[in-house]
Amino acid sequence: MSELNRTPLYNLHLELGGKMVPFAGFEMPVQYPLGVKKEHIHTREHAGLFDVSHMGQVKLTGANAAAELEKLVPVDIIDLPVGKQRYALFTNDDGGIMDDLMVTNAGDYLYVVVNAACKAQDIAHMQANLGEGVELEVLDDRALVALQGPEAAQALSRICPAVNEMVFMDSRQVTIDGVECFVSRSGYTGEDGYEISIPAAEAERLCRLFIAQPEVECIGLGARDSLRLESGLCLYGHDLDQTTTPIEGSLIWAISKCRRADGERAGGFPGADKIFDQIANKNYSRKRIGLIAQGKAPIREGAELQNADGVKIGEVTSGSFGPTVGVPIAMGYVATEYAVLETEVYALVRGKQLPMTVAKTPFIEQRYFRG
Amino acid sequence: MSDIPSDLKYVASHEWIRDEGDGVVTIGITDHAQDLLGDVVFIELPEAGAEFATGDDLGVVESVKAASDVYAPLSGEIIAINGDLEDAPELVNSDPYGDGWFVQLRLSDTTELDDLLDADGYAELCEAES
Repeated sequence: MSELNRTPLYNLHLELGGKMVPFAGFEMPVQYPLGVKKEHIHTREHAGLFDVSHMGQVKLTGANAAAELEKLVPVDIIDLPVGKQRYALFTNDDGGIMDDLMVTNAGDYLYVVVNAACKAQDIAHMQANLGEGVELEVLDDRALVALQGPEAAQALSRICPAVNEMVFMDSRQVTIDGVECFVSRSGYTGEDGYEISIPAAEAERLCRLFIAQPEVECIGLGARDSLRLESGLCLYGHDLDQTTTPIEGSLIWAISKCRRADGERAGGFPGADKIFDQIANKNYSRKRIGLIAQGKAPIREGAELQNADGVKIGEVTSGSFGPTVGVPIAMGYVATEYAVLETEVYALVRGKQLPMTVAKTPFIEQRYFRG
Repeated sequence: MSDIPSDLKYVASHEWIRDEGDGVVTIGITDHAQDLLGDVVFIELPEAGAEFATGDDLGVVESVKAASDVYAPLSGEIIAINGDLEDAPELVNSDPYGDGWFVQLRLSDTTELDDLLDADGYAELCEAES
């Protein structure tokens, strides 16, 4: 087994009692002494600080950077306004999802954040396919943290008033206690909050400043997972993969209007034909759905989904007890005929059929700050 | 350091056993076990009357993080289950040796009690595992 990487906040995690586990090649805190459930609830009620430095931060420079990146994603990058962030997907030639990512127009360059587990693949993919004149720089000298929750703005603006002026998906360069940081008002918990890119050498000092704010607790990967699941957000490698198209993954909303078959810059990304065919003809056999358990037993990733006759109709791809909703929730894929709200399906758990109801996601109300 | 009461017996799979006399024992999971599991959200227990041999799967404890099996530390018949755990599984975290008990077992072979770990033996085992 290869050596695990450590983020610039590794020592702080240990000092705070973080329980470290291997995740995507990094030693990351799965929880702190507060525990997953309380960390989850603290984030929903106050503010939580997450180390997401394991994710890949990439800078794309060059006059054609936006046009070139558009060739890899079914998303409008060319008209992404300066200071705005957008969710995107790398697709493969079969229309499958290679990764999901965030793209920001930072003015002079594009700032891209990709998943830790896909980082090497995504960088190679961009290097191989972004045309001449686009320079790719991996920002591995920067930490990335997320400050999330209804009191995140109150906590961060006390140190950096400028962040109050931002709304959901805004991004800008700010100075926090003398340090140049790149901040976006976004995250992956369903709550208002920020993601803050910090030079590695200053990351620990600034994070100590963040957690000194009375609203803020450190939150581990365990609660990050239950928070994103309650918010109906996909985890790549679990809810999405190379064999799953954006249509099957219920991510049609992520395909920009101008890139669709009838758009002004239609297609031109890998797998466009397959994806357009699925949109036009609905000729796909499975779809991602939300599920709420009718009983109290959590339904985990990998559980088989069956119909009332015991025939396999799909599989759970993420599942846990939702600390805020107070019931076991899950996401998974079912045959399209079952992907109808309120349909009853059964998860096979320890040899028993446990009834679940197909439900809309998010399971909680997203509380992004839109001004 | 977790709480390991000296008046209880233990097995390596992190269940505790209280000898109630007359061949009856109360069983639960240890403070160390609940700490490793984290916040318990669901417990599946057998029904009264069910019979188990030592090492059989007795039930399942689910935390926010994961599912974990509970093993029968002794052989016998279930004579009582803790029904409070259905609506308040968090009792396993807050009071693992008290209100968070799992089941009572009527032993089929009381000599099996001699094979259990005492508090010191269990403490050593936890130490070795960490």
